[in-house]
Amino acid sequence: MDTRCEYSLPSLVDCQSLRQISRPSWGACQSGLRSRTTSAPAVAPNQAGGVVAFPPLQTYSEEESMMRDAVRKYAQERIAPLVPMMDENSVMDEEVITSMFEQGLMGVEIDPEYGGTGSSFFSSILVIEELAKVDPSVAVLCDVQNTLINTLFVKLGTPAQKEKYLNRLSTDMIGSFCLSEAESGSDAFSLKTRAEKHKDYFIINGSKMWISNAELSGVFLVMANIDLSAGYKGITCFIVDRDTPGLEICKKENKLGLRASSTCPLNFDNVKVPEANILGEVGHGYKYAIGMLNEGRIGIAAQMVGLAQGCFDHTIPYTRQRVQFGKRIFDFQGMQHQIAHVATQIEAARLLTYNAARLKEAGRPFIKEACMAKYFSSEVATLTTSKCIEWMGGVGFTKDYPIEKYYRDCKIGTIYEGTTNVQLSTIAKFIDKEYDR
Amino acid sequence: MGVLITGTNTGSCERDSPGHVRYNSVSELKWRPLLLRIRVKPDNTGVVTDGVKHSMNPFCEIAVEEAVKLKEKKLVKEVVAVSCGPQQSQETIRTALAMGADRGIHVEVSGKDYETLGPLQVSKIMAALAKKEDAQLIILGKQAIDDDCNQTGQMTAALLDWPQGTFASEVTLDGDKIKVVREIDGGLETIKINTPAVLTADLRLNTPRYATLPNIMKAKKKKIANVKAADLGVNLTSRLEVLKVEDPPQRQAGMKVETVEDLVGKLKEAGKV
Repeated sequence: MDTRCEYSLPSLVDCQSLRQISRPSWGACQSGLRSRTTSAPAVAPNQAGGVVAFPPLQTYSEEESMMRDAVRKYAQERIAPLVPMMDENSVMDEEVITSMFEQGLMGVEIDPEYGGTGSSFFSSILVIEELAKVDPSVAVLCDVQNTLINTLFVKLGTPAQKEKYLNRLSTDMIGSFCLSEAESGSDAFSLKTRAEKHKDYFIINGSKMWISNAELSGVFLVMANIDLSAGYKGITCFIVDRDTPGLEICKKENKLGLRASSTCPLNFDNVKVPEANILGEVGHGYKYAIGMLNEGRIGIAAQMVGLAQGCFDHTIPYTRQRVQFGKRIFDFQGMQHQIAHVATQIEAARLLTYNAARLKEAGRPFIKEACMAKYFSSEVATLTTSKCIEWMGGVGFTKDYPIEKYYRDCKIGTIYEGTTNVQLSTIAKFIDKEYDR
Repeated sequence: MGVLITGTNTGSCERDSPGHVRYNSVSELKWRPLLLRIRVKPDNTGVVTDGVKHSMNPFCEIAVEEAVKLKEKKLVKEVVAVSCGPQQSQETIRTALAMGADRGIHVEVSGKDYETLGPLQVSKIMAALAKKEDAQLIILGKQAIDDDCNQTGQMTAALLDWPQGTFASEVTLDGDKIKVVREIDGGLETIKINTPAVLTADLRLNTPRYATLPNIMKAKKKKIANVKAADLGVNLTSRLEVLKVEDPPQRQAGMKVETVEDLVGKLKEAGKV
C-alpha cells in the first residue's frame, strides 16, 4: 500500500525556506503552480538522475522512512502488549515512558546539542501516526511533548531556559501545556488565572482544567494573565516546575477514552514564579498559544489518521476470515462498498495531514490546511471506528478485541485542540479572505 | 549481512592494557524477504521476490548487536557492516549503522548474478574483504531465513584458514583468544579459539537493540563504500543450477478412526503397511 519512492533533491536554486537539505523541497516544486515567482522550472521527469519532479505526497526521505519503520517496529513490539492493561487501569506504564525517551521519540525536533534527535517536523508527524496505530494515548503524550512543549521552548526560550529544560525534555522529563480552564475552553483567552507582578517575581492564582500528562509532568507551561483589564493582551506564558510550592495537581479525570493519558485539573495557590521563568514576552502569550496550536493541530490530525488506520488494520483481516452464508463477509458487496468508502476517507485524511505538514515545513501558509486536516481526520476516525465495530459484529462490541478501544479513543479528536466547530469557523474565515481580492 | 572487525595494519592485535586486545570487526549482512506468504514463480525457477518486503536477516541482526556490544565494551575498535546484493540492500547497511556500526561496505551484486549468489561466492567475497580490511573478527548470522544454508560462516573460515565458532550463544574475548559457547544438538559446547576467527550468531546470543531515532540521524553521516565483486577478484559464477522449485503437495484432509483395528485396516488399504 505504501508507494515509496526515493526522492532526491533537485537543484536548490529556487528553494527558499529549507531547513534541512535531506527533505524533499515541496516549496520549490509547487511554487511554480500557484504564485507567479521567477523560480526556475522544477527538474523534468526522466532526467538522468532519476529525479522525479512532482513526487506524490507519500514520498519520504530515507531518514523519514527509516524513522517510521523504527517506530513502527518499536510500537508493535514494546507498546502493543501493554495497551489493554494501560487502558483498563487508566495508567501509562513506566516502561513505555522510559523507552519513548530512550528511542528519542520525545525530542524529535530538538537539536542533538540538547540530547534530541535533530530531525524534522514531518518526522514527528510520522512518529505520532505510527504510535497512534498502536495506542492513541501514547501518541498524544508524544504529540504534546513534541509539537507544543518542545516547540515553545525551542522558539521562545532564552539560552538559559533552553539549557535548563531542553536537555531534560528530550531525555527524561514530560511537559504539560496549561491553557484551558473550567470556564474557558474554546473561549481560551477569557482565562482567569492571574499573575500579579512583585519586583522580580509573579504570584499566580487560579486553576486549570483538562491538562494532559499532568500526572507525570515535570514542567508546566502556564498561560496566566498579568493584567485582566488588558484582556487577552495580558496573557503571558510562565514556566512552572512541578515542585513549586502552591501548585496542586488534582486527581485525574475518569475518561471515556485515551485513558492511559492522564488528564488533571491544576490549582495555583499563591505560586511564586521568578521573572526569569517567563517564556517569550510579557503579554504575548495569546500569540504563542495560537501559533503552537496551529502546529499542534497537524499532530492531532496525524494521531487521528493513525488511530483510524490502526483500527482498520485490525478489522479487515477478520472480515477476510469470517465466513457467513458460505462466503467471507468481505465478499459481500455491501461490505465492500463500505470498506472502500472508509479506506478512501482515511487516505484523504492522511493526504490532508501530510500536505499541511509539508506546507508548514516549506514555510508557506498552512493554517487553513491544518484546520482542514484536523477537522477531517477526527471525523474520519469517528466514522472508521464506528464502522469497524459493525463489521466485526458481536466481537467488535467486546473488550477482548481492540476495536472498541479505538471507538472510545476517537471521540476526543473532534473536541480537543480546537473543537470541530472552531476549526470550521476558522476555515470559513480564510475562505472569506480569499475572495477579498 | 556480516560484521567485519578490522584490525590495525600491524596485522596483529594491539594491546592497550594487560589482557585487553583491540580488534576491528566486520559483519556481513543479508537482506532477506520478510516471512510472508511464499509463492513459487510461474516458471518454477524460484520464489517470487518482487514487491515482497525485505529486511535484515534476524540472525544477522544478532551478529551486528554482538559486534556493537563488543565495541561498547572497548574490546573492538571498529565495526564494519557488509552486505552483498542489489541497491536496496543498502537499507540493511543503514540499519546496521543505526545500531552502532561505524561504516558500511556494499558489494553490489544485481540481476542474474544476484539470483545465483550463494554461500560460496559470499564467503569468497568476505574472505577477500577480510584480507583487504585487515579484519580480525568476522561475525555472521548462523543462517539466512530464506535459504537456511548455514554455510557462509564455515566456508569463509575455511577460505581464510581461520578458526570458527559457529552457533555461538555466548562470546567472550580473552586476551588474543575467544571463548565461544556453542549450541549443539546435545546441549552446549565451550571452545577456545585463536584470533583471527569467524563466528556465527545463534538465536540466544543477544537481543538486538532497536535503532533509536537519534542513531538513525547519526547513521546518515556514516560512510558506505561501494565495491564490485570483480574488484575483489571474486568470480560470481555459480557452480549450482536450480532445476526446479515446486510448492509442497497440498495437505490432504485426514481421517478419524474409532479403533486401532480401523487404523491398521486403513493403513493396509493405503498400502503403507
